Amino acid sequence: MTTVFDPGAEAARATDAILRDTLHGAHRGVVVDSPPGAGKSTLVVRAALELAGAGRPLMVIAQTNAQVDDLVLRLAEKDPDLPVGRLHSSDSDPYDKALDGLPNVRKSAKAGDLAGLDVVISTAAKWAHVKGVEPWRHAIVDEAYQMRSDALLAVTGLFERALFVGDPGQLDPFAIVGSEQWAGLSYDPSASAVTTLLAHNPELPQHRLPVSWRLPASAAPLVSDAFYPFTPFRSGTGHGDRRLAFAVASDGSGPDRVIDEAAESGWGLLELPPRHTPRTDPEAVSALALVVRRLLDRGGAATSERSPDPVPLTADRIAVGTAHRDQAAAVRAALADLGVPDVTVDTANRLQGREFDVTVVLHPLSGRPDATAFHLETGRLCVLASRHRHACIVVCRAGVTDLLDEHPSTEPVQLGVTVKFPDGWEANHAVLSHLFEHRVTGEA
Amino acid sequence: MSLITTLARLEAVDTGRAQPLATVRHRHLSDRPLVLVPLTTAGEAGAPLGALVGTDRDEPRLLVVPQPRDRDLRFAFLAELADVVLPYIDDHAREVEAAERSETDPETGKRVKVEVELCAEAAQLIVPSRAGIDLVRLLGRSMRFRRTAEQDPEAPHPAPPRVPLLGRWFTHYGERARVPGSSLLLALTDVLSRHWATGQSTLEDQHLGALLAWIDPPDGGSGAEAALRAELLRDAEGQLVCPPAGPATDPAFDNKLLAPAIERYDRARTALAAAEDGVEADDRLGELTAAERHIRELVASRTRPTWDAVWRGLDLLRALPEGPRAADRWTRDRWSFTGHRDRVLAGEPPQPRRDDAVTAANKLATREREQARLEAQEALDDPLVMAGRRLAGEAFAGEVTDVVMAYGEGKRPSPRPLVTVRTDDTPHLGERVKVYRSLGGKPQAAEFVGYEEDGATGAGTSPPGPESTSGPGSGPGSGSGSGSGGTLVVLRVLDRMGRGREPEPGSVPEKGDLLCFTLFEHEQRGGAKLPDPEDTPWTHGGPPGGTDTAPQPDAVTDEDIL
Repeated sequence: MTTVFDPGAEAARATDAILRDTLHGAHRGVVVDSPPGAGKSTLVVRAALELAGAGRPLMVIAQTNAQVDDLVLRLAEKDPDLPVGRLHSSDSDPYDKALDGLPNVRKSAKAGDLAGLDVVISTAAKWAHVKGVEPWRHAIVDEAYQMRSDALLAVTGLFERALFVGDPGQLDPFAIVGSEQWAGLSYDPSASAVTTLLAHNPELPQHRLPVSWRLPASAAPLVSDAFYPFTPFRSGTGHGDRRLAFAVASDGSGPDRVIDEAAESGWGLLELPPRHTPRTDPEAVSALALVVRRLLDRGGAATSERSPDPVPLTADRIAVGTAHRDQAAAVRAALADLGVPDVTVDTANRLQGREFDVTVVLHPLSGRPDATAFHLETGRLCVLASRHRHACIVVCRAGVTDLLDEHPSTEPVQLGVTVKFPDGWEANHAVLSHLFEHRVTGEA
Repeated sequence: MSLITTLARLEAVDTGRAQPLATVRHRHLSDRPLVLVPLTTAGEAGAPLGALVGTDRDEPRLLVVPQPRDRDLRFAFLAELADVVLPYIDDHAREVEAAERSETDPETGKRVKVEVELCAEAAQLIVPSRAGIDLVRLLGRSMRFRRTAEQDPEAPHPAPPRVPLLGRWFTHYGERARVPGSSLLLALTDVLSRHWATGQSTLEDQHLGALLAWIDPPDGGSGAEAALRAELLRDAEGQLVCPPAGPATDPAFDNKLLAPAIERYDRARTALAAAEDGVEADDRLGELTAAERHIRELVASRTRPTWDAVWRGLDLLRALPEGPRAADRWTRDRWSFTGHRDRVLAGEPPQPRRDDAVTAANKLATREREQARLEAQEALDDPLVMAGRRLAGEAFAGEVTDVVMAYGEGKRPSPRPLVTVRTDDTPHLGERVKVYRSLGGKPQAAEFVGYEEDGATGAGTSPPGPESTSGPGSGPGSGSGSGSGGTLVVLRVLDRMGRGREPEPGSVPEKGDLLCFTLFEHEQRGGAKLPDPEDTPWTHGGPPGGTDTAPQPDAVTDEDIL
């Protein structure tokens, strides 16, 4: 095979097929799998505009208020004249204040007030309370893999057919109580909406977006191999297209060396001495904060296909990702001590769907004495390792590979449940063995 | 595991004694619970070997299946069990009080109050360990679809009367036990380890003998050593001195004592069946009775220590005062009990083998809501639990140092006082995060406004940080003056101050008040209403099919007729 891979053309072909099935197909549902940064939101906005343009009003179901507001803003940006309804909760501050500046966006806590608008958008939780309205002919369900089956059950009555879009590699939805009782049932309420949908409607057309526009050429192969082994994708950019450079030279310290490694190769592993630590490992937390501080101090500049000139690497383009909220809180406090405001610090769950130039990640297994299912979850690592456009720096205690070897997966096998591949164990090993090639040993 | 639990476990290791995790009892205990100590036979899932059951700690009823693979004997056991359990349930089902429930009026579609009966007290079942709950569930499943001769005269091997009914109640109890905070069916090891932390693993905590040894060691010695003895010590015949709480038995007991005894029983039965005349039969019946008595003694010897341990555990728990909100959860248990009673009385069919999509989703939603409610209520009931939440940054306590009256915007300005609280805790507060305090049992909401430096009013939303009192960024007033330290959190109170312009007396915190605010909500909102099962949508397979709605009895297999 000598055909040249043209990412733009590949992506356009996939999008056209999706829109054809959505607008003219005979099926009640269309499923689209999208790897990280493959233009999922762009697809949702475009499908919404085309449906509305064809005179077919639709509802859009997203999972969080931030996602809903983001979609409204994107729709208004593409077509400022489109009448959009933002259905919101009756709490105080239910939506982004930026929506108030959009003349064609109507906001209400009652679905009845928004009747007749071309597009009505809300969260699944809010839609679930809407009763007694005429069903929409079309719906778009965004982040459908993060939506729980029971949430879909509550809203299916509101639409006749739907486009389901989501990323199968990210964190699965979870329940705060055990749900083993229903494992293996096609409608297990704690499973993802797409799992249930496809179990009952296996004939529905399934598409996938083949190109990640976010992940650089250095990251796409690793993320694709480790997390999407059966549905590979490519980076939309080549190896020379993105560059990260720093004005200030390295001072030879661990953080500076790992920054240089990551700038060069797209990945960096800052390895701290092996140790069992509490979750908020003070040394790891201060290492994370220090890396962020140095990223900013050294005057980083990112060159990409988006603009001809390098763009300064500012605090809003950096994120720190952790597994637990208390870890995030500890990093925030450490950054405040170093005088670094405005850097996003959050857990994998909350970083889903977001994009930054550089991410600094605390490895979920760092310093742990055991590898639990939570910390091994494939989606967690996938989210943390796929938020960046340029480079990802992982901070981790040494010895995680041994820890993995000592803790093979021991989750009980449930009859009737499709085994997810790869499992977290395998994915963790794949990522770690790649990171080892970009390892910098940090001082304790 | 939370930091405070880890600390308690470390202290337990250090002192050799279990450490309290709670200052009040977070589960309701009935005055007259029914204790069930079941044993099963190795080699077949859920095959009962025997049980001690009853409400009187001095006079348990011993039930034994001398040949556990004999289906007739198993049915006889289940019938006897039903004779103990069902009258106990009936006693509770009879005593009712009047209550109100809101229901949707089928004609108008409006919510209306309906006068209904609520059982004054629910029947409470206590088993030694979590595996006992699984057995109750398993027995329930195996019994509830059985048909009695009365229901189906044609059926081979009809079940004794009342066995299917016991199956339905056991199924209900097994399902209810999955609801966080419920107390209809309790595993004693779970309840004890909720209230005490031991120095052993959570797996070992499921050994009732070892757990009690940590909490209440005999002769006041080291709990750790007593626990080890409880787990491992064997007598001269190689039998465990403290038999496992079951339902599984110790293999040494199975091999050395039980198997020979059952063999003897089998031999005696075969011999009796082969007896040719009355005199011979009399002799052999005597041998059969002796063999059966021997098995009864064996089963009694393995269940009685556990029986006594369960009552000892209940004594320990009763010594703790019941948490105020545990009663509220028990009322929900009573509703659950009453609801099932009504379904049985209405002649509804037994619970289906599998939940349909809507029922499963509703159950999951209920349990998630109850879990959140339980976590909030336990913290509100118990300062030790709240301390754990405070350590985790989910709550903070402190003294009110300042109250400034302020008003909201809008046509009718409502009171929105600003309250400053000095706290040593480090809550995870962010911009406009809501916090709650308990005001006369109801939650009052406030929102986080900012941190205030001592003496200064320049508030920011990022915490000054633990070093700030000694760091260069600290204000002139910090570290000196009152010397109380901590951070100053400014909150805006949002509700429960009445309708007027001036807040109702007592509804606004006052300077000097010691308050505890939580970042979690105290009460749970109801979830969205799901469609009725018959309206299950296409994404979830449509309405449940006809075959599953009318539960058929399990097909008779070869194993049923050994």
